[in-house]
Amino acid sequence: MSNFLTASIGRKFIMSISGLFLMMFICVHLGVNLLLLFDDSGELFNLGANFMATNPLIKVMEPVLGLGFVVHIIWSFLISLQNYKARPVGYDKSNAAYSSTWASRNMLVLGALVLVFLVMHIIQFFIPVKTGGLEATMIDGVEMHNTYALVAGLFKSSVLYCILYIIGGALLGFHLGHGFWSAFQTIGMSNQYWLKRLQCIGKIFAIVVAVGFAIIPLYFLIKF
Amino acid sequence: MENTINLTLKVWRQNGPKDKGRFETYKVENISTDSSFLEMMDILNEQLIKENKEPVAFDHDCREGICGMCSLYINGRPHGPDDDVTTCQLHMRKFKDGETVTIEPWRAAAFPVIKDLMVDRTAFDKIIAAGGYVSVSTGGVPDANAIPIPKVDADEAMDAASCIGCGACVAACKNSSAMLFVSAKVSQLALLPQGRVEAKARAKAMIAKMDELGFGGCTNTGACEVECPKGVSITNIARLNRQYLAARFSE
Ligand code: HEM
Ligand code: SF4
Ligand code: FES
Repeated sequence: MSNFLTASIGRKFIMSISGLFLMMFICVHLGVNLLLLFDDSGELFNLGANFMATNPLIKVMEPVLGLGFVVHIIWSFLISLQNYKARPVGYDKSNAAYSSTWASRNMLVLGALVLVFLVMHIIQFFIPVKTGGLEATMIDGVEMHNTYALVAGLFKSSVLYCILYIIGGALLGFHLGHGFWSAFQTIGMSNQYWLKRLQCIGKIFAIVVAVGFAIIPLYFLIKF
Repeated sequence: MENTINLTLKVWRQNGPKDKGRFETYKVENISTDSSFLEMMDILNEQLIKENKEPVAFDHDCREGICGMCSLYINGRPHGPDDDVTTCQLHMRKFKDGETVTIEPWRAAAFPVIKDLMVDRTAFDKIIAAGGYVSVSTGGVPDANAIPIPKVDADEAMDAASCIGCGACVAACKNSSAMLFVSAKVSQLALLPQGRVEAKARAKAMIAKMDELGFGGCTNTGACEVECPKGVSITNIARLNRQYLAARFSE
C-alpha cells in the first residue's frame, strides 16, 4: 500500500470517497435547511436544528465531516498540481470546449469558490451556534437555541447575503454536475450502461442541490 | 469539378528537444479540397525545399488511418476539425478558403518534442512493456467454439483493441493523462479468458509506469473519448480503475 496515496488512481480514489461522503452530508444538510420554508414561526426548524445538535451520532460525525473537507481540499490541490506539471508547455490555440464541459475542466476553480463561500458560511452560522451567543427559545418544554432567528434574521435583513447564498448554491450545483458521476467512474462503478444513467442522475442531483439551497434565501427575499 | 483553397499556416518549428521553438507563418496556394491534410503538408515542404529552407518535420506512416503514427494539433484539436479520423484521413474540404490554420505538436511532459511537429511517443511502448501482454504463449488461434466468449465481451474487447496508440487522448487531455490508452490496452486483454488471469497485476504495473513517465491523472473530463480517432470509450477507464483498486486492496 506504500505509494497508494501518491499514485494517480490512489489520489483520485481519495477525492472520490471524500466527495461521496461530502455529498451525503449535503443531502442531510439540505433536508434540515428546507424545514425553514415550512414554518414561519421557526419551531419546526429549531426542532430540526436541536435534533442535529444533540444527536450523539451527529456529534461523532462532526469531526469526521471536518476531516472529510480537509482531505478533499488538500488532495484537490495535490491532484491539480500533479496534473498541471504533466503539461509544461501549453497549446497556443485550444478548442477544449468542443470535447469537454467547462465545469469538468474547472473543478478546482469551482471548489475554491465553494470554499470561499464555506468560510463565510461558517463565520455567519456555525461559529455563533457553537460559541453560544444565541438567544434561547422554549419548545414543548425544552430549552434550545433559536437558530431560526439567526438564519431568518440574516436573510430578512440583507439582500446582499441572500444573493451570495444563491450564488453559493449554484456553484455547488456546477461542482456536483460533474462531480457526481465522476466519483462513481473513479471507483470503477460504471460501465457502458451505467455511465449515461449516472450522468443523468448527477445532473438531476446537481439541480436539486442548487435549487434546494437557493430557494431558501429566495423565499425570505420574496416573502419578507 | 475541383475546388482549391489558399491557406495561411501557423506552424510550430523547433530545431531539437533543447530548442525553445517558435511559430513560423507560411502561405500555401491552390490546395485541392480533395487532398488530405498530410498531402497539403507535403506541398508545403516541396515549396520550402525549393526556397532552400528546412522542411517541416512531422510524423506519418500508413496514411490510411491504421498505424497511429500521424499526429498534429490542428486549430485547437488533435487530428484537426473532423471527428473520428486521424490526420492522414483529414480532408482539406474541412477548411475554408483564406483560413489561418494553427499546427502544433502534441503537448505533454511525457511526449517531448523531437523536432518541429514530431514528438517522442516511446513512453507508450514503455507502458506496454510494463504489462500490456499475456506472459505465456496461449498457442495458435483456437477454434471459435473452443472457448465460448459472450458476444458483449467480445465486442467490447474488440472496440478496445481498435486503439492505434496515436496519443490523441494524451494531447486532448488537459492533464496529459494516458488513461484512455492504458485502459484500452488493459481492457482488450482483461475481457478475454486468456488475459483475465493477469488482469490485476497488469493494471497495477501499467499504471505505475504511466505515473513514473510523467503523464497526469484522470479527472474524467471525457475529452479523450471525443478526440480519439477510434472512438475508444471512457467506460474502459472505469474498468481500469476497478482493476487497479482491486489489485491494490488485495495486496
Ligand atoms: C460540500 C462541498 C463539496 C462537495 C459535496 C464536493 C464533491 C465532490 C465530488 C463528488 C467530486 C468528484 C470526485 C471524483 O471525481 O472522483 C469532487 C471533485 C473535486 N472537488 Fe469537490 N466537493 C466539495 C467541495 C470542494 C472544495 C471546497 C474544493 C477545493 C477547494 C473542491 C475541489 C475539488 C476538485 C479540484 C475536484 C476534482 C478532482 C478531480 O477531478 O480529480 N471540492 N468534489
Ligand atoms: S485511445 Fe484513441 S486517442 Fe488514445 S492512443 Fe488509442 S486510438 Fe489514440
Ligand atoms: S499515418 Fe498511419 S494513421 Fe495516419
